[in-house]
Amino acid sequence: MSAQTHTADSVLSIDDTLAKFDPVMGLEVHVELNTNTKMFCGCATEFGADPNTQVCPICLGLPGALPVVNAMGVESAIRIGLALNCEIASWCRFARKNYFYPDMPKNFQTSQYDEPIAFEGYLDVDLDDGTTYRVEIERAHMEEDTGKSLHVGGSTGRIQGADYSLVDYNRAGIPLIEIVTKPLTGAGERAPEIARAYVSVLRDLLKALGVSDVRMEQGSMRCDANVSLRPKAGDGATSAEQLAVPLGTRTETKNVNSLRSVERAVRYEMTRHAAVLDAGGSITQETRHWHEDTGVTTAGRPKSDADDYRYFPEPDLVPAAPDAAWVEELRATLPEPPAERRKRLQADWGYSDLEMRDVINAGAIEAIEETIAAGASASAARKWWGGEIARRANKADVAITEMGVTPADIAELDGLVRDGRLNDAMARQVMEGVLNGEGSPTAVADARGLELVQDDGALEAAVDKVIAANTDMADKVRGGKVQAAGALIGQVMKEMKGQADAAKARELILARLLPS
Amino acid sequence: MSGLSRDDVAHVATLARIHLNDDELDTMAGQLDQIVEWVGQISEVAAADVPPMSHPLPLTNVTRPDEVRECLSAEEALSGAPASEEDRFAVPRILDED
Amino acid sequence: MTKTELCLLSAAQMANGLVAGDFTSVELTQAHLDRIADLNPALNAYLYVDDAGALATAREVDEARAAGQDLPRLAGVPVAVKDIACTVGMPTTAGSKMLEGWMPPYDATIVAKLKSAKMPILGKTNMDEFAMGSSTEHSAFGPTRNPWDLDRIPGGSGGGSSAAVGAYLAPLAIGSDTGGSIRQPAAVTGTVGTKPTYGGVSRYGVIALASSLDQIGPCARSVTDTALLHEVLGGHDEMDSTSLDAPVPAVVEASSTRDLTGMKIGVVKEISGEGFQPGVLARFEEARAKLVELGAEIVEVSCPHFTSAMAAYYLVLPSEASSNLARYDAMRYGLRVGPDGVESPSAEQVMAASRAAGFGDEVKRRIILGTYALSSGYYDAYYGQAQKVRTLIACDFEAAFEQVDVLISPTTPTTAFKLGEKLDDPLAMYLGDLATIPANLAGVPGMSIPVGVAEDNLPVGLQFLAPATQDQRLYAVGAALEAALTEQWGGPMLDQAAHLCLAQPFDKQEAGA
Ligand SMILES: [Mg+2]
Ligand SMILES: [Zn+2]
Repeated sequence: MSAQTHTADSVLSIDDTLAKFDPVMGLEVHVELNTNTKMFCGCATEFGADPNTQVCPICLGLPGALPVVNAMGVESAIRIGLALNCEIASWCRFARKNYFYPDMPKNFQTSQYDEPIAFEGYLDVDLDDGTTYRVEIERAHMEEDTGKSLHVGGSTGRIQGADYSLVDYNRAGIPLIEIVTKPLTGAGERAPEIARAYVSVLRDLLKALGVSDVRMEQGSMRCDANVSLRPKAGDGATSAEQLAVPLGTRTETKNVNSLRSVERAVRYEMTRHAAVLDAGGSITQETRHWHEDTGVTTAGRPKSDADDYRYFPEPDLVPAAPDAAWVEELRATLPEPPAERRKRLQADWGYSDLEMRDVINAGAIEAIEETIAAGASASAARKWWGGEIARRANKADVAITEMGVTPADIAELDGLVRDGRLNDAMARQVMEGVLNGEGSPTAVADARGLELVQDDGALEAAVDKVIAANTDMADKVRGGKVQAAGALIGQVMKEMKGQADAAKARELILARLLPS
Repeated sequence: MSGLSRDDVAHVATLARIHLNDDELDTMAGQLDQIVEWVGQISEVAAADVPPMSHPLPLTNVTRPDEVRECLSAEEALSGAPASEEDRFAVPRILDED
Repeated sequence: MTKTELCLLSAAQMANGLVAGDFTSVELTQAHLDRIADLNPALNAYLYVDDAGALATAREVDEARAAGQDLPRLAGVPVAVKDIACTVGMPTTAGSKMLEGWMPPYDATIVAKLKSAKMPILGKTNMDEFAMGSSTEHSAFGPTRNPWDLDRIPGGSGGGSSAAVGAYLAPLAIGSDTGGSIRQPAAVTGTVGTKPTYGGVSRYGVIALASSLDQIGPCARSVTDTALLHEVLGGHDEMDSTSLDAPVPAVVEASSTRDLTGMKIGVVKEISGEGFQPGVLARFEEARAKLVELGAEIVEVSCPHFTSAMAAYYLVLPSEASSNLARYDAMRYGLRVGPDGVESPSAEQVMAASRAAGFGDEVKRRIILGTYALSSGYYDAYYGQAQKVRTLIACDFEAAFEQVDVLISPTTPTTAFKLGEKLDDPLAMYLGDLATIPANLAGVPGMSIPVGVAEDNLPVGLQFLAPATQDQRLYAVGAALEAALTEQWGGPMLDQAAHLCLAQPFDKQEAGA
């Protein structure tokens, strides 16, 4: 189905939605671990390999093949569970989730059912308004990813209307951790923001744990959003009264793959449900597909009897019984929680709240940290990473770390400025060169001949020349209009072809024109 | 335990992705009803507090190190495929994403 | 030595003869290939014969031996592999149309072990489709016939392996035993077969029926030969999570046992009486008396939950099988057919049509039964309950083995039945496995050895059961009883079959040799 043919469902305004209904969300996040090998076989997990070159009898589900658990998969699962403040099961099993689907080689997914490795946790999420919302975690369990289908024929390359599909099983069997929240209640108008903030905080946490690449755009982190509405308990109702209202029918919007989309999809589903309910209709329990381009969801498969997954304990695997001492060892390896870490860094670096938020949104925390460690000032590090580089990275839709500039480059550039070799304008030109791949900042400066002229004689001569040529301006300064010196400085810089220290030029001009 | 009806068999056959024609359904339903009744006797054997046994031997924590092993080549992987294209398995159109 | 004489040797004698230079592996292998060419059309024990591959290995062994290299004990001794194990270079079908002609891109661990033991692999043996059955009549490629009487079943699911061994078409063969598929065919063909302790032999690369019950094991004509193959197959495999990380029990050493003094043997009341054919019970009683003569003390023990074993088994097996066999969906390998009269069918329709066309009735029956037993609302009453019964059966074994070293029973309630006799009555067919199934549910090892013929001149098997990991006990009592019976009969069990269907081809072979 192409974007144009999506008939937009009617939606209620968000204000009307919230006036009449109370939203309840449930978020399921699937995270691909960054292990070297798959969950149950030794195949490599490189992203973007040629189709069906990272497969073996096990992950292809060939007759006779058997799984063996990747120890690192279990370790990462436990570390994730601990970071989410979960309890870790002392004994748990894998289970088979049975359903037929062409991209699932065995036609069952090896997963966990009633015995997840981690359960009963929470994650605190800071919101823009300064409040904190506690997301209760129901469980985090281990499972495996499916293959990937390419739909051929039809008009659009989408699944609907395709003539046939081509399947690549490289992704099949890559370890996944599925993190499931409890129903999130009491969010009210903040629901879409909470959804986004939760996924964002979770992403940072997983990144800090080093267990996943958490690249939503590559699908290594994927979010399914369950949304339902229930009627407001009435004006003045207590939160306990609201909580007592039974939950409405939910829809599950699948594979919402950016932070922005999470927020938009939740808001869309809330307003769509509201319109249906407000018109006296009822919500069908179904999966929905999110369309990034049009910002709407469309109906997928209805929930039905066919969702009988016939779970049973995986007989080809033995139970996992993580030793309590080992779990404590793993707990000791947990990094500082991202929220606390950010608070600490903000204080260390002296950034304002606004500056810190920009830096976070640019995904520049680590880069700035490394840049400062390499010798740059905190303000210079923020200026470069949060400014020009972030702008360009955003435009190119890549991570700032993929722009070809290293923290060491920035520190080197900042050093050149502080040593007085470059001024700001020259530094920007040097950065331009570094971004173009012309080499290190020093190499770029050398190649482009960028260097402040240190010869005072040349500068003094230029100052004299400019004063002589602009007598009316000079007189204004003499008369006390010091700001008029700016125009003279500009002239001097022009005369010097930019290669002068503007502060020094100002100093000289004022010394000439003002009585000391 | 109540018996297994023809409709039950038809439903389960759909879950199991096995097409059965009417004759097969009739025969299968008769045989399975008998078998289900016979295996159903088991419901009276074990008390609630008997732990279930999913593995014959009490092993735990069998894992392998996270080290890459040799994979099959795409050619080997696809050697048994009923149809393939561009080093991928070609499958009939898929009704809906799960 | 004539070709027939070569085939009539035991595996141990073959191994010794090869070392002594009495004959070459090429001669030995060729003798078997010729005999297969001659007899297999009547028996249908082999689905595929790999003349070239077997002879290549044989030649390699002969050359290595001529060059004075150290070789494994069974190097050059041919072996047959049940068509349930994946083999590079030979099709692997599991007896199903679904996998007709499928060439695996990898070897099962046990096949790799046979190859590193330098044993020429003669071919792949027939079996009930996906090992579901007790008669080999459920093979998509026609039934195997019992060498003792071509109108009778050779047992199942491993009827091909037992018939091949029993008709001297291979000295050794691989079987797989989920509920008796090694022991029951051994019993009805007068041969020997062992189901090792669960986890004792790797399952990697062996097409799964029911993962928590399946076990791979050796088939042969004597206890010693069985032990020799057991030793090749056994041991830890990191590719199988359920593989025991322990040395292979000393089965070869145990098979030289002749005296059973001090051994305590239990007769399991629940699987040794009612409903058993009189001739079967008569041979069982004689064997029991013989064991006493050998010094063993016999006591009767009760395993009360064994009577529920069949029902538990027919829930656990179909449940696990329904999931294990879901992968045969026409997408990645195997048969693909479209539904009749549907233009541009969906993947879902192609799956349903292919599974309908590729699976036989017994497979469909069990998949549907298993799917039902696992489906929501029924799990607790069926699968969950069956898993509890397994616990009770394991407890029965534990209690019994506190009193005795091994347990015995007849392997099967009857001798080989006629082809077609139980085909339309699945329940009757299932009941033939009542004595073998408890071992699979509990994971303990079991063995069947021949103890004579019944009133119908057909072989009777006796089953030994031992505690988990104590497989060597089976070989100790099995070897002692076998030696005593052989002495009593004046020759091995299979000699009593010589006047049956085997005689004629034997003569024909001689003439040609
Ligand atoms: Mg999942
Ligand atoms: Zn793999």
